[in-house]
Amino acid sequence: MSDLYNVSSGPHVRDKYTTGKIMAIVLLALIPASVYGIYHFGVNAAILIVVSIVSCVLTELIYEIVMKQKITVKDLSAAVTGLLLALNMPPTAAWWLPVIGGVFAIIFVKMLFGGIGQNFMNPALGGRCFLVICFAARMTDFNYDGITSATPLARIRAGEAVNLWDMIKGNIAGTVGETSLIAIVLGACIMLAFGIIDLKIPAAYIISFTIFMGLFSGRGWDVSYLIAQLAGGGLMLGAFFMATDYATSPITPGGKVVYGILLGIMTGIFRCFSSTAEGVSFAIIFCNLLVPIIEKLTLPKCFGKGGEA
Amino acid sequence: MAGFTFKGGIHPYEGKELSKDKPIKRLIPEGNMVYPLSQHIGAPAKPVVKKGDRVLAGQLIAEAGGFVSANIYSSVSGTVKSIEKHRVAVGDMVESVIIENDGLYEAAPPLPVDDIENMKKQDVIDAVKLAGIVGMGGAGFPTHVKLSPKDPDKIYYCIVNCSECEPYLTSDYRRMLEEPEKLVAGLKIILCLFDHAEGILAVEDNKPDCVKLLKELCFNEPRITVKALKTKYPQGAERQLIYATTRRAISSSMLPADAGCIVNNVDTVVSIYHAIIEKRPLTERIVTVTGDAIAEPGNYLVPIGTSMQQLIDVSGGFKQKPEKIISGGPMMGFAMFDTDVPVTKTSSAITCFTKDEVAANAPSACINCGRCADVCPGRVIPARLSVFAENHDEEQFLKYNGMECCECGCCSYVCPAKRQLTQSIKTMRKIILAKRKKS
Repeated sequence: MSDLYNVSSGPHVRDKYTTGKIMAIVLLALIPASVYGIYHFGVNAAILIVVSIVSCVLTELIYEIVMKQKITVKDLSAAVTGLLLALNMPPTAAWWLPVIGGVFAIIFVKMLFGGIGQNFMNPALGGRCFLVICFAARMTDFNYDGITSATPLARIRAGEAVNLWDMIKGNIAGTVGETSLIAIVLGACIMLAFGIIDLKIPAAYIISFTIFMGLFSGRGWDVSYLIAQLAGGGLMLGAFFMATDYATSPITPGGKVVYGILLGIMTGIFRCFSSTAEGVSFAIIFCNLLVPIIEKLTLPKCFGKGGEA
Repeated sequence: MAGFTFKGGIHPYEGKELSKDKPIKRLIPEGNMVYPLSQHIGAPAKPVVKKGDRVLAGQLIAEAGGFVSANIYSSVSGTVKSIEKHRVAVGDMVESVIIENDGLYEAAPPLPVDDIENMKKQDVIDAVKLAGIVGMGGAGFPTHVKLSPKDPDKIYYCIVNCSECEPYLTSDYRRMLEEPEKLVAGLKIILCLFDHAEGILAVEDNKPDCVKLLKELCFNEPRITVKALKTKYPQGAERQLIYATTRRAISSSMLPADAGCIVNNVDTVVSIYHAIIEKRPLTERIVTVTGDAIAEPGNYLVPIGTSMQQLIDVSGGFKQKPEKIISGGPMMGFAMFDTDVPVTKTSSAITCFTKDEVAANAPSACINCGRCADVCPGRVIPARLSVFAENHDEEQFLKYNGMECCECGCCSYVCPAKRQLTQSIKTMRKIILAKRKKS
């Protein structure tokens, strides 16, 4: 008995994916939107992205040192939160806005609830909504090209026409990362290709939203209006990158579909009936709160008891 | 019908190329032979020899301790040294008959069974029972019990599990390749017992040579079909296999016979052939010795009772110091801290790894990604179940269908946070099952 070998309960092999690798792929998938944001809005967008990521990562690091917890910044989830927060900021925002948002997101939304995977609300959106409420004017100032410009959705609401091609390309006013449909879909394809997300939530979201708008917006099934609604207001960024956040979306397959549908309806309600033209962030954080109950109601049927196919 | 498969499952590194082209070699055991009295599910066998007795190869040394139990035979000739507790692969100390091998291999007379032509159905089942045959895929369920369902007329499928979905294992593969006629003959014996049944040889499609060979052999067998299954772990898990081949789904509380199926492993069917046609009891099996730490991986015909250390020695020993040694394959096998354990009726392989992936991947917090639920063939939610298990919340565990887990290990394999999902669920299941047994 000179040599003792390692023992453990099976299985004795592990897949190559780790939390860190998954988060790295999410960061990679956000690069097209970030690069387009910097190209489109200029240096301030780059500053916001860097400041936001650094403040989120540092906040988590300092919190864990002070609380004597295991350091988890290497799993890159704080960096993802930081990047998403920056992509949800208006390009003209002052550098200290993402600092406040980042600290709030990491400490109050994420760490106080137990850190990664334990938060009930998407940290980046929690941070953004906090900023929208505290700094309403600064967070809705979409000054672009030197002229104060309204976002396409605000212009549609005011009855103005918008150029659809500009919206798809991203040549419009909006937050740093939400303007280019092409860049966002490219990033979404990266995540789909690596199996990081599946289509259940985004597809249910987009389809239910389109149907809701067709029925209740008063514009009927006007295709260009619907496309403008889908391409604007960060809906695509929200559908692919924030609604699919693991910790704050249901784990059950059926629950994912229900959650997506609720998101579509909620976003539609905000867009049609609220005082703001956008509403994706609020829709997502409200639906985040419904996740536990959605999950309970959508437990899958197990094998041998009706759940075979 | 969509291909022969099930929903869920994983594609781990197969590692079969290490040993798949190594023909089966017969291993001549040295030193003491150890025969644990409990190599099967059910009551331990009762020894019928005592210290100092001389025994012959193929002589009964322990008889079944009940209906759900199995006879045990000596695989060598020699003297009974003692009957004492000895370590087995799962780590327990089990009462065992220890025989000093005299190296003469003096054979005992053949099993007192009639020729197949004169046998009635019950005679066949009795012969299987006499030969001490148990499920050799890993579970060790006594085969004569399996072959005695309540209503034999309601068995419609006799499935032979030739999938060998466990990574690294090639023992069944070699058996199919080298002695396919015995496998088919064994299945025909089983089919004699069930008038309404068709035989299915279910092979994963990563073994096209076996599929071809078996199809050729069964060309004139109207009652037998060969089905190529999609290569995916755990294709050979009993419930998944039944579903893949027959589209009948059973829950954990049902028996295959409830769906009109009987499932046996390759080596088990070959052992039935040995018992009925060659009148030999179960005294040997095929074991794969493999893994990146083994100098010369291979497949061996091993007398039951041989020390695993000897198997490692004949495979050239270790070319690199192993960190982990597993009895069985990397998904369902048992890690051993010591190699002084005997090969039993259910030992399919010894897998030796230079790196322990479990130790190298410390668990972190669950990120709720849902990969475990995606791959779960039982369609439960391992992430939730493991939390209930860790909190000993039996009520929620049952509500979330924890007992439907088949312990295949897919969830732990895919978990990006490297959580020990299977382990905690397994533990909770054991506690609940033990409680049910008591009451």
